[in-house]
Parts: sequence; structure tokens; C-alpha cells
Amino acid sequence: MFELTDDQRALVEVSRDFAAEFLAPDALEWDRTKHFPVDVLAKAGGLGMGGMYVREDVGGSGLSRLDAALIIEALAAGCPTVASYISIHNMVAWMIDRYGSQEQRERFLPELCEMTVLGSYCLTEPGAGSDAAALTTRAVRDGEEYVLDGVKQFISGAGASGVYIVMARTGDAASGASGITAFLVERDAAGLSFGPNEAKMGWNAQPTRPVILEGVRVPVTHRLGGEGQGFRIAMSGLNGGRINIGASSLGGAQSALDRTLQYMSERTAFGKRLDQFQALQFSVADMVTELEAARLLLWRAADALDRKAPDAVRWCAMAKRLATDTGFAVANQALQLHGGYGYLAEYGIEKLVRDLRVHQILEGTNEIMKMVIARDVIGR
Amino acid sequence: MDIAVLIKQVPDTYGERRLHETDWSLDRAATDAVIDEIDTRGVELALTLTEQHGGEVTAVTMGPDGATDALRKALAMGAAKAVHITDPALAGSDAVATSAVLAAALRQLDVDLIVTGNESTDGRSAAVPAMLAERLGLPAVTSVRALTVDGDTLTAERVVEGGWARIQAPLPAVVSVNEKIAEPRYPNFKGIMSAKKKPVTTLTLADLGVDADRVGAAGSATRAVDGAPRPPRTGGHTITDDGSAGAQAARYLIERKVL
Repeated sequence: MFELTDDQRALVEVSRDFAAEFLAPDALEWDRTKHFPVDVLAKAGGLGMGGMYVREDVGGSGLSRLDAALIIEALAAGCPTVASYISIHNMVAWMIDRYGSQEQRERFLPELCEMTVLGSYCLTEPGAGSDAAALTTRAVRDGEEYVLDGVKQFISGAGASGVYIVMARTGDAASGASGITAFLVERDAAGLSFGPNEAKMGWNAQPTRPVILEGVRVPVTHRLGGEGQGFRIAMSGLNGGRINIGASSLGGAQSALDRTLQYMSERTAFGKRLDQFQALQFSVADMVTELEAARLLLWRAADALDRKAPDAVRWCAMAKRLATDTGFAVANQALQLHGGYGYLAEYGIEKLVRDLRVHQILEGTNEIMKMVIARDVIGR
Repeated sequence: MDIAVLIKQVPDTYGERRLHETDWSLDRAATDAVIDEIDTRGVELALTLTEQHGGEVTAVTMGPDGATDALRKALAMGAAKAVHITDPALAGSDAVATSAVLAAALRQLDVDLIVTGNESTDGRSAAVPAMLAERLGLPAVTSVRALTVDGDTLTAERVVEGGWARIQAPLPAVVSVNEKIAEPRYPNFKGIMSAKKKPVTTLTLADLGVDADRVGAAGSATRAVDGAPRPPRTGGHTITDDGSAGAQAARYLIERKVL
């Protein structure tokens, strides 16, 4: 499992070329202007990046989780923000493929796989983040429809996306995780609106908005899975999401490291190239080692998910925790090694630090990852 | 219409390419081997034509075992099948010998059009397309920047000194393309994953009925007798601006016929 197959090398090569041609040249501009490059996403969809592990009968690419992790890492070398959005979109597409009816799959997945329609995942609420099972968005059955009311917070792609997977409470207020149901809501649904695009530290190349549901009527045929299954569906989607966010951190950090090596070979101080100072060499050695260690754990976790291993949830949590912490630390150290230039927007390093910071928070905070890991090894 | 595209695996032009100092042959171990970029444009043209007119694309290469990687790239882009001509006796073949081997393979294929790059980035003889056409008794339309097909006739824009010429030729024909012909598509994931399942036929000299004495370094009419590595870049010409730098720079370029 330490050698990539010919197919995997080819997938990485095309993803890396795509990132170098279509993401990297504009990444700083998108960050500055808060531009969401939907045209580039449609190009990515044309290559098969919209439904990487969706089955092929509805336009998916039928790849493994490990393949997807390699692809996301390669894309993140061009722009982690866009790579991470692609991860979220794939999580949405996979949830429909895995839990949707054949009718839902045929209706939603062809366009999601092409990324001509984008997807958003709506779990978090203003008052329910890590404690997601405390969500209060209501879904009340009314004949052949449900009526949804509530607010979702921090929703990536909101406003631009065409399909929203919304987790809402169909049980009573005390029903906890078992009272939650997942729904497919389309952008043009009456009563669906979006809050302002949040001003944020990084991740500027994708919109983050509140999603507001006011009496949104969703046909029963757009319920994803059965009543009460929503929380389980939401959590199972996050396993792959965690792998991919970790992969995105690795790609961004690798790019920061590569640029740092280049910079250190050109910059001189005290009569020597920076890469000839042992103290700085040791710093580089640690960055390389820790990044590779995180990558190994990530591949291991992706493999566990592909094999549907019983402890895959723990592997995904461990990989997400390590890859996102390491990715941020490596990018931050790359900034330090660039000195004052690292702090300038022009060099692109400070953007990577800002973009990777949020990976320690979303798809389950790294504190929640530790809860998941501890629960698995200690028991409840 | 069925189309054969000739592709060649060459040293990556992004790396530093080297010659063996004993016989001035290419040091293939020195650099990553990749499909020649011009050939990906040839594949793109062929795929576009078959999308318009039907038929299938066959990628053909002559090269060592590792050249399968270049074929796989063409298959991932959308070629239906591939032919790999490989034989230890082929090493060191010049353009004349290479064209004989390729002609023998292409006679077995029965295609309506043969597409090649106008010249490889390693050998750069640019002679194989015309030699191939001569051997096959087909029209040669070289250095093409645009091409359409209508029935049994192709119409091409051929780049000539100082401009271009519109050329028509009956099919089948041999066409060599320049870098303006088309932007190569990215292979999509389905193409990559299906490339391995597509048929690749391996042919040896015996399969082609080509005499080993006519090919390889020994059977070639030409050989490299001397060579030299490219001299390292010099410091360049520095103009100190005393108010007339613009005029000096212009004069420098005019003297070298750049302007």
C-alpha cells in the first residue's frame, strides 16, 4: 500500500496539471476578491471530480477513497479552498448515491457529477456546532410534503449551490440524534434564502453563508433515507469528508514546503544560502517528516474506509486530526522561513496559513476528533 | 474514419537532457520519459475528427518497453486501441529505418488518415512523416495548423515560409501537425481508469517482416559522429542607462536581426 498504482499516478498527474493550469494562477486573486470559480468547477466536473466515489451508472467516477484523497491533495497544491469545496461537494454527491432512492440518484447525480449543479451540506446551526445532534431546524409532515423552518450556519457554497442536504428534526425536541431526518432542498424552493457572505480569515474562494428556511415545502420524495436516519447519514458522510479535508491540508502544506525550499535556495543571509544553515535544515527535516507521517496515516485511514473496516471512523478521525494540525503547522513554519516575505500576500504563503487554519475546525473540530478516538479506545 | 496517430516517448523537456559522450545517442535514463507534447495535439485532432465523422483512433509507437506509458496517455485521452512496436534490434534507428518499420506496421492497420507530430522534441529530424508517406505511396501534408475532412478529401492549412497555404488531398493521407493544431484535452478519470482495459498489440520486427539488418544503429544510413553539450548560459549583455538605454537596446536587437 506504499506504492501508488499506475492508475493512481495517472489520476494524480492529471489533477496536478489541472491545478497548475486552472487553480494556482488565479488563487491569490480569488482570495482577494472572494470569487467562487464555478466555471473552473464545471471543468473539474468534466474530468470526473464531481462524483469521485459515486457509482458510474449516474455519471460518477467509481473511484476509491484513497484515489480521491490523492486527487484532493493534488488539487490543494493549486488552491486548498477550491480543493476543500470539491471535497464537500463530493460528500453531498456520495450521500445521495449511498442513501438516495434510484429516482433521487437519477434526478440529482448526473448534474452534480458534472458540477454544472453544486451541492451544499447543511448540518451546523447558529446554536449547534460540535453538538450537532442538538439542532433545532424543524421538519413537520403535511400530507405528501414536509415543511422546514430554521437556520443553518457556516454553509459552504450557499447561494451558489443548486442542491442542499438539510438535516432537520422530525422527532420531538427531546428526540436527540434519533429524531433527525435528511432532506434534499433545491435552491429555487419557496422560502429558502441566504444570509450575507461571511467576512472570514481564509477560504475566500468559496462563499460561506447562513441558509434560512422559512416554511420551505419539500416533497416526501425528496427525503433522503427514512425518518430518524438523518444524523447517521450526516455522520457517515463526514468520514470521507474528514479524509479529504486532511488531504487538502497536506496538499496546501506541501505546496508551502516546496515554495520554501525554492526560496531558501535563492535567498542568502550572512554570506550563505538559507538552506545551508543547519538550524533551518533541521526545521525543513521536521516539516518533511511530519508531513509524510500525516500522509501515511491518511492513506491508511482511506484504505480502512475503502475496506469498510469496523474501526474506520476512528482512523478517519485520527487522520483528520493529524493531517490538519500538521498541515497548519508546516504552512505556518513555511511562513516563518520566508521571513517578512512570508507575511506578504504576494508570496501566497500567508494565504495558505489562513486557508488551512479552518481545517482544524470544520468537518468536526480536532477536539471532537479526539473525543471520537478516545471513545473508540476507552469506551463510553 | 479510422485514424492512426503516431506518438513518441521523449525525455521531458522540463528536465536537463543529455547525450551519451561515447556515441552521442540520447541518455534516456537522465530524464523522465513522457509522451511528446506535440503528439498529444495529434491525438486531440484525431479524437475530434472521429467525434465528427465516426471511426476510431489507434495510437502507434515504436520504442522500448517503457513506451507503453506514452501509449496509455493516448488511450486515457480517448484512443480506442494501441500498437507498440518494440524490438531490441531497433535501438539507434535513424529516420530512414524508423519510417520503414512504421510503414510496415501501418500497412497492417488499414486507416483513412495517419497523424504525426511535425517533429519530435528529441531527434528533431522532422523527416519521418514525409518518408512514411513516400513509403506508403500516400500524400504527405506536413506542418499543418488546421484540418477538416469532407468525404474522402482533407483540407489543411499548411504553414509555409512567410504564411500558410490551403492544401487539399485525397484520403488516405499522412498529416504532420504543428503546435497550433489543437489544445490537447485532459484525460478524464473514466478515460484513465479504462485505459488499462483497452487492447495494446505488441509487434516485433519478425511480426512486421522487417529485416533486422535494415534497422538499429547498424542498419541506419546516418549516425552521429560528434557532439557537444549546449554551452552554459553566459551573463548576457548589460546596458547601463545613461539616458540612451532604450536606443542602445534597440540597436543591439537590430544588429542581431531580432527587430
